Amino acid sequence: MSAIPDPAWARALLAARLLACDPHGLGGARLAGPPGPARERWLAELRAHSPAGAKLRRIPARIPDERLLGGLDLEATLAAGARVARGGVLAEADGGIVLIAMAETLPPATAAKICMVLDAGTATAEREGVSSAAPARIGVVAFDEAEPDETPLAPALRERLAFDVDLAGLRVADAPPLEPDPMDQAASAPAADEATIGWLCAAAAALGVDSARAPLFALRVARALAAREGVGRIDAEHARVAAELVLAPRATRLPVDETPASESPPEPPSDSAPPDAGPPDESPSPDTTEKLDDRVLAAATAAIPPGLLARLQAGAAGRVRGAGGRSGGVGKSGARGRPAGTMAGDPKRSGVRLDLIATLRAAAPWQRLRATSAGEPDVSAPRVRVHHGDFRVRRLKPRAVSTTIFALDASGSSALHRMAEAKGAVELMLAECYVRRDRVAVLAFRGRGAELALPPTRSLVRAKRALAGLPGGGGTPIASALDAAAELVAGVRRQGGTPNLVVLTDGRANVARDGTGGREAATAQALDAAKALRALGARAVLIDTAARPSPDARALGEALGALYLPLPQADARALDRAIKAGLG
Amino acid sequence: MGIAYPFSAIVGQDELKTALCVVVVDPGVGGLLALGDRGTGKSTAVRALAALLPKMRAVDGCAYACDPDGDDSACGDCPARARRGAKVKQVPVPVVDLPLGATEDRVTGALDLERALTRGEKAFEPGLLARANRGFLYIDEVNLLEDHLVDLLIDVAASGENVVEREGLSVRHPAKFTLVGSGNPEEGELRPQLLDRFGLAVDVRTPGDVAARVEVVKRRDAFERDRAGFVAAWKAADAKLRNRLVAARGRLAKTETSDAALARAAGLCMKLGTDGLRGEIALVRAARALAAFEGDPAVTDAHLRRMAAPALRHRLRRNPLDDTGSTARIERALAETFGA
Repeated sequence: MSAIPDPAWARALLAARLLACDPHGLGGARLAGPPGPARERWLAELRAHSPAGAKLRRIPARIPDERLLGGLDLEATLAAGARVARGGVLAEADGGIVLIAMAETLPPATAAKICMVLDAGTATAEREGVSSAAPARIGVVAFDEAEPDETPLAPALRERLAFDVDLAGLRVADAPPLEPDPMDQAASAPAADEATIGWLCAAAAALGVDSARAPLFALRVARALAAREGVGRIDAEHARVAAELVLAPRATRLPVDETPASESPPEPPSDSAPPDAGPPDESPSPDTTEKLDDRVLAAATAAIPPGLLARLQAGAAGRVRGAGGRSGGVGKSGARGRPAGTMAGDPKRSGVRLDLIATLRAAAPWQRLRATSAGEPDVSAPRVRVHHGDFRVRRLKPRAVSTTIFALDASGSSALHRMAEAKGAVELMLAECYVRRDRVAVLAFRGRGAELALPPTRSLVRAKRALAGLPGGGGTPIASALDAAAELVAGVRRQGGTPNLVVLTDGRANVARDGTGGREAATAQALDAAKALRALGARAVLIDTAARPSPDARALGEALGALYLPLPQADARALDRAIKAGLG
Repeated sequence: MGIAYPFSAIVGQDELKTALCVVVVDPGVGGLLALGDRGTGKSTAVRALAALLPKMRAVDGCAYACDPDGDDSACGDCPARARRGAKVKQVPVPVVDLPLGATEDRVTGALDLERALTRGEKAFEPGLLARANRGFLYIDEVNLLEDHLVDLLIDVAASGENVVEREGLSVRHPAKFTLVGSGNPEEGELRPQLLDRFGLAVDVRTPGDVAARVEVVKRRDAFERDRAGFVAAWKAADAKLRNRLVAARGRLAKTETSDAALARAAGLCMKLGTDGLRGEIALVRAARALAAFEGDPAVTDAHLRRMAAPALRHRLRRNPLDDTGSTARIERALAETFGA
């Protein structure tokens, strides 16, 4: 037990206490980290400080909509012979907190529904003949157990939760003992003064936090802190702690090192920020005579979790990817995935699931008719007569398979000595794809054109053989290679897969589409082809295999919208790591 | 649903607010799509609109809120009601939320399950499309809407009529509504077919300067602390805007669109290479609604200029060889057509 409480723990537990007292106002918290004692400790804090009788409900991430928002209670409906609605869990938890386990697997549509409820404070359901609205002033605690290379919690939901707590790496032994907090029954919250709002907004702008929700949450936290202490106004310390708790985890950039005041002369707040006066990123205007925003900022900066910025950079590179994440795309029908509508059909067919309510609804109007036409006053006759034509099935969209396409520069300029490294990296990736059941394809280009060395496959053996047999030497026909890659990308998309593209080249195009030499035409064509490929929206990584980082390869990467990785001294393992980071 | 944030109290977002007013003045513009980052007040603006709209006259007892004065688009029962001398009442313009989890039967309407179960009767229970008739259908996160619902909406939005053929039911009823969608394009692309159905598209961004952000937080905070008081403080501003919208609707038919203005609009669309004629129609109608809203007697170049980006930016064919965003391309074409 350490005498001085761990600051990370102190922050995490303070968030729990604040959330327990104002779940709906603060939206909730994202709790990153694996399940374990640290999480239990945090939850214990949350429970201990929740008002008596406050509800805490656990829901699974794959909860069906009718349970989440409410719908028809089929059993009660059939028993009563009249429609009976059943409230959803979000409405049942009104005034309390909903805990979502494995929140990273929350389907985007479910996350969007929870967001809707958080915004409105009401759970609205429009399904299965039921139209209902029930108060649901809830807070959400989302357990995000995503590994670094997995998709984390849906950003729309994360944005609506005031706190982002990283419990990974925290040990329970370092946590302060659980004790009751006499300040839970807070006095009435003080009004916000202009200066506090100014500090928080300036700090948010300096940290690159765009959403208006962040400073609002921070303000709410600052006010709650002041109320807990029973002081009548928000002071610097409250703003500082609020920035640490709310703004720091949302930072998208580090503020510039120099104090903002030294860069721009202090001005009165009224005209400090003329509308649309340049980007606010470099010069958060000093809105206040006290230099408090510096302190708020410093506190927030100090609390930025390690590794966040590295992750942000990877995220920014991935922005061009559009809709197709590794598991984002949806493919043809299957037995797993999210619902894609209900239709008449045979429930025994593969890839569909019986929709019981829709089936009963289809059968319902015919019951009298069927009973009379059957004409059997038999006691054993079924109470509900369901015919084959009544069956309704739910189609489901499964997650799409990713296909990673390697476009390998096998030309003479890209130097035969680098081919070995490139091949090594591809082999490592192959092993990885094999584990994930992803598919790979290899496109080699040299001389006058590109050649599909390996059509999309899951076979590790075939891929290795194809790589081993790749010849090298000749010109660099980048335009043709990218055209071929575009065709492949479009093909993968057509089959419902999600394409990823890895281009390994030095970017020195010298063979035009028609096979003739000439650097100028070849380069122009290569850039055009890259832009056309980019429009297809596949995620891409360009690995510069030149001896020194080459401007050609960089330009090509930009045209592709790809993550550019100059790896002059790379070995196969470094390449593999880089590719994973870029596509992950 | 609680008290909505007042429309007039929204800080900045002028393009979004103007576009909303334009579709209110002339629903024929064809709906509005608000795309942008999270936390920029897209949903707030649309929800505020509901409180702003003036009431409308409707046939009492009609599930589709038919207009007692309009005869071309009434539902099947209203002519009979009119002969019996049905009452007319003032109702608020519906702003119906289409929640993401909605099932198809709740959207289109379906068999009334209760009556089917209890009395063995076949009766139609109107859905959300019926409720949205003559009003607005709002879809938050429209880009995450399931495909089969998107198809259905495209169909109904185009025809203004909802046709239900299911479970032995055969019903058609008017469903003329203004589609308002919002979403964050980074979370999923919108299908081009649906994109094209929206008359206007607006990019919503976070205000760039700290002063505006401070104002946003201040007002929102004041609202959350005392909703009723805050709404009361903005009541006069909202009432003024409401009167302006009513007056603009009255003026709309008299607002002139000269052949020269039409030619300008056509020239602009040709220069930008928009597909089909929907862009031109939306541009001209939006410019006319804007002129009416601002009390001008005729459509001028200024109106066309202001509506060009929202009316056309989502209709430009993506040119892979040109990185410039749609808005920049429109600006360029505007400068060429109208002179700098």
